[in-house]
Amino acid sequence: MAAEMRFAKSHEWIRPEADGLATVGISSYAVEALTDLVFMQLPAVGKKVKAGESIGEIESVKAVSDLYAPVSGEVVAVNTALPGQLETLGKDPYNAGWIVKIKPDDPAEMAGLLDRTAYEALVKSQSH
Amino acid sequence: MSHTLLQTPLVGWHESHGGRMVDFAGWRMPVQYASIVDEHLATRRAAGMFDVSHMGRLAIEGPGSAGWLESLLTRGVSGMPVGRCRYTLVTDESRILDDALVAREPDAADGTPRMSMVVNASNRARVVEWLKSRLPSAGVTLVDRTFDTAMIAVQGPLAMEIVGGLCPAADSLRIEALKNYQATSASVAGTPAAVSRTGYTGEDGVEVIVPAAAAAAVWEAIHAAGAPRGLMACGLGARDTLRLEAGMPLYGHELREDSDAFSLGLGLAINLEGRTFPGSGRFAAFRDRPAGRVRVGLTLDSKRSAREGHPVVQGDREVGVVTSGSFSPTLERAVAMAMVDRDVAAQGTAVDVLVRDARQAATVTPLPFYRRSHTEQKSPENIPWQQR
Repeated sequence: MAAEMRFAKSHEWIRPEADGLATVGISSYAVEALTDLVFMQLPAVGKKVKAGESIGEIESVKAVSDLYAPVSGEVVAVNTALPGQLETLGKDPYNAGWIVKIKPDDPAEMAGLLDRTAYEALVKSQSH
Repeated sequence: MSHTLLQTPLVGWHESHGGRMVDFAGWRMPVQYASIVDEHLATRRAAGMFDVSHMGRLAIEGPGSAGWLESLLTRGVSGMPVGRCRYTLVTDESRILDDALVAREPDAADGTPRMSMVVNASNRARVVEWLKSRLPSAGVTLVDRTFDTAMIAVQGPLAMEIVGGLCPAADSLRIEALKNYQATSASVAGTPAAVSRTGYTGEDGVEVIVPAAAAAAVWEAIHAAGAPRGLMACGLGARDTLRLEAGMPLYGHELREDSDAFSLGLGLAINLEGRTFPGSGRFAAFRDRPAGRVRVGLTLDSKRSAREGHPVVQGDREVGVVTSGSFSPTLERAVAMAMVDRDVAAQGTAVDVLVRDARQAATVTPLPFYRRSHTEQKSPENIPWQQR
């Protein structure tokens, strides 16, 4: 069974992996809305995060946006190649553009996030 | 949206071409169409076109018009020949209300002298109110033309030939012959227009004022002529990064009600020789007793931008504050303008900017960050940041 990707209202995606970890990135809608990305700050490996807490920031020419942890847990890996090639976020936001891997405190917490249909409805309502 | 935004005659074009519309000083304006960086670089390399119709356009006419404006502005304008534009501040007794471009327009058919002013959108209402409160009982009229005209800026190395190519030969030659801060009337894409060699990007180019009803047709004609040569429509985002690289102050950021214009590097916008204007005594004091912080450029070591309000520090000492900052598409790093203490204002001084909670190394850098390398034009204006 393919693990289902979930979305936070703040436009991060999270995907449970076979090894019990969860991969986190930002949605293609978020990348497109930000445009002109110039800088990204990632958290340190080992950082304990709570759901909704800032785990880094992404900056475009116009503005800075926080990256939020979709679930509580521990950051176990960060995509260190990403800040040097932010264009990856636009080209492949759901695979090569992954940002961090989190070991969730409670994997069931992901069920409280939006599924793809609900997220797409949110995006549609926000683009008006 | 809780209140109704003002719209320029070009709002339909912006919306149908992917413009991301935002509230800017009460106007519904495009901040960008696609990428700010692409729009910025198109302006530097080819041309950019900007809807600047939100800016206030005022017509001041009558036998006393030039003399009356002369009494209210920080620079003399009564002796300007037809076709001259001049950068000035608008002040009352205690504040700087705005910065503005004043032009001497061609006399009316009956010989009546005519002047014009372009003011910031954010200050238009209060500038109009202030000026009206000072109108003499006869001899001068003031009409706000913002809503029956539109203003299109075309900027960049190809701007002159793109606009010139849409004019009859004689008009095209007149436009080409304009020096910076000169204006002429011309027929642009078949529409009677006022064309000035002015702008806010650090590039060569023109600003074109046309009747509102013709704005969409003129815009489309310029876009159609320029796009195959690399021209892009640009939003307010690129306008801001371009003016930042060009070291140009923006009212509400660098320039404020209580600014010491001399410390800002705008001393040449103040003429105190044998003349007075509202608040001129304050400016004489600024001139005679330089004090307080001065405006400088900062180049950051990172791509992380300093933004307005971020503190500038040296060690534990706060030595200034950022007034504008962004990633510079030309320099590919973050740049900023800041007001800093005089003892750290020297070129090359190392400081830090507190960007959110992080300390970012920066170096005091001469303004402008960007100076175009194309043919230099002689200008009747002499304000250093407007060397173009």
